[in-house]
Amino acid sequence: MTGPSSGEALAKPAASGLGRVLDHRVLLSIAVLAILPWLLPSKALAVNVLIYGVVVMGYNLLFGYTGLLSFGQAAFFGAGAYFTGIAIGRYGVPWFAAVALAVLLSTCLAALIGVISTRTRGIYFSMVTLALAQLVYYVALQAASITGGENGLRGFTVDRVSLFGLQVNFLDPVNKYYVLMAFAALALWFQSRILNSPFGAVIEAIRENEQRARACGYDVERSKLVVFMLSGAISSLGGCMLALHLSIVPLDILHYQTSGMIVMMVLLGGARSFFGPFVGAASFLILEDVISLWTPHWQIFVGAIFVLFVLFLPKGIWGTLLDGFGIGKARP
Amino acid sequence: MDLSLIIMQLLSGIALGAVLVITALGLTIVFGMLGVVNFAHGALFMIGAYAGLYLASLTGSFWWGLLLAPILIGVFGMLIEFVLIRRLYGRSIDDPLLLTFGLSYILVEGVRIVFGSDGIPFPTPPQLIGVLDLGIGFFPRYRLFVIVLVAVVLLVLWLTLEKTRVGLIVRAGARDPTIMQVLGVDIGRVWLAIFGLGVGLAALGGVLAGPMRSVNPEMGSLVLAEAFVVTVIGGLGSIVGAVVAGLMVGISISMVALFAPEMATIVMFALMAVVLLIRPQGLFGVRGRTA
Repeated sequence: MTGPSSGEALAKPAASGLGRVLDHRVLLSIAVLAILPWLLPSKALAVNVLIYGVVVMGYNLLFGYTGLLSFGQAAFFGAGAYFTGIAIGRYGVPWFAAVALAVLLSTCLAALIGVISTRTRGIYFSMVTLALAQLVYYVALQAASITGGENGLRGFTVDRVSLFGLQVNFLDPVNKYYVLMAFAALALWFQSRILNSPFGAVIEAIRENEQRARACGYDVERSKLVVFMLSGAISSLGGCMLALHLSIVPLDILHYQTSGMIVMMVLLGGARSFFGPFVGAASFLILEDVISLWTPHWQIFVGAIFVLFVLFLPKGIWGTLLDGFGIGKARP
Repeated sequence: MDLSLIIMQLLSGIALGAVLVITALGLTIVFGMLGVVNFAHGALFMIGAYAGLYLASLTGSFWWGLLLAPILIGVFGMLIEFVLIRRLYGRSIDDPLLLTFGLSYILVEGVRIVFGSDGIPFPTPPQLIGVLDLGIGFFPRYRLFVIVLVAVVLLVLWLTLEKTRVGLIVRAGARDPTIMQVLGVDIGRVWLAIFGLGVGLAALGGVLAGPMRSVNPEMGSLVLAEAFVVTVIGGLGSIVGAVVAGLMVGISISMVALFAPEMATIVMFALMAVVLLIRPQGLFGVRGRTA
């Protein structure tokens, strides 16, 4: 530690012409999502890209921007889905209120897991988050009377949603896509607000040099906890979207394999980039679709491709592209 | 509930813990020496069980399986270190973790292709079938054998690390690899051997667990979480920690199973949470590196 910091590690680079275009990254991302169903081979795939994109976006806040490699994000993805399904199916809560409630409760869960796991650092943090998320999995498995146990949660279907007095047929894939896209847009805007705030600068400072951030007077521990909760909140919104989309919640969603898939997606797309999570989710899901057409053992190829990415393309598809255009360096 | 039942359950817990100790030990040694968390550890445990089963049926004897599977899988582990892990030294600590995670996908799916997705029963060796009268109750011979074998392996490992020249090099290499290189030790070879040893221990855990659990491609995922919990409680990189925490977890699981069976899978996570709240670095962990 070399004396008092001048704070240049926290300063954002001055916005150039290119930077100004990227100031509209929320609008650009939403525009891409709006035409996504017509870019991809099926509407179902587009909905999945939307859902997993939001989940991975929440995770990217933690891993990409703060540098915390959690292996337990499935807990919040699953919590969002389960809380939504239980609120609608068991307590008859209207769908929109159910989503809000589910995100709130999932954020509380994130606070609980965050309090324990952010006490640890580095690789330890990865192991602890994995173990605590597995705890959530086993709790859901044991509490079968509420969660449906191994069979997953059933018995709630949202077929019509009313939007500002307008009745929308939710079973129509295109309608469904755009209703869910509204949630994704909200999450994108929210994430952009976080990253552009002073808090966003603090978490990136923690990623770059934790001790220095602490020496600058930032409360590193509390910042980590807050970012853990925000990340859980956004990922749980993805879970809510999944519950609305599928009308069931499979137990697998809570398994650590799902956490691993989220990690794979963020690396495939490119951690630390704003739109990378959607690119990652899309490439993973397309890969899965294509390979499973000709072999049931698609996981072996996904694993191999992931290993190759870690070895040779650690910035992912989108991150490498941005680097190629010289954007990534200007603005992570 | 009478006393002998509780003592028998305690012994069961120790047997369960012994397998956990062996498995977690492989994880913790590799971390302590190489700074690598091997996410494929659970998958290699599972492959160890399959290799043990296959070799036992090939040679017609459980003992050959028990001896050869850890050696064979250990050599396979050295191959992994040489081809994949070695490229990542000096890069971010997250990279080996991510790489081995991808590797676990390949290994699990590979086993599914070769042996199918269904579980296979692992027969208990004929010499160890049945129970032994301990005076206060009857205890399965096989579990007693597991306890004794793990104790012997631990003793050999401890003597090697503490009393031999090889152990000296390994311990010194963990502290300061650069100085060891200056002294003329090929530290790359030490790391290769350590990774092989860690993977071999995972495989040994797998073979030992075979007759106690059903053998299937997914068995590694639960074991990975268990091994993580044990190393986190004991303190990453600490061998004593792995032994104490492994036994603690094994005994808690079987004791809770006696009184509240539905809580058995959850108790170890609760134990971990409590330990972390009091000592974030684990019971025998070094503060600063991890917490």
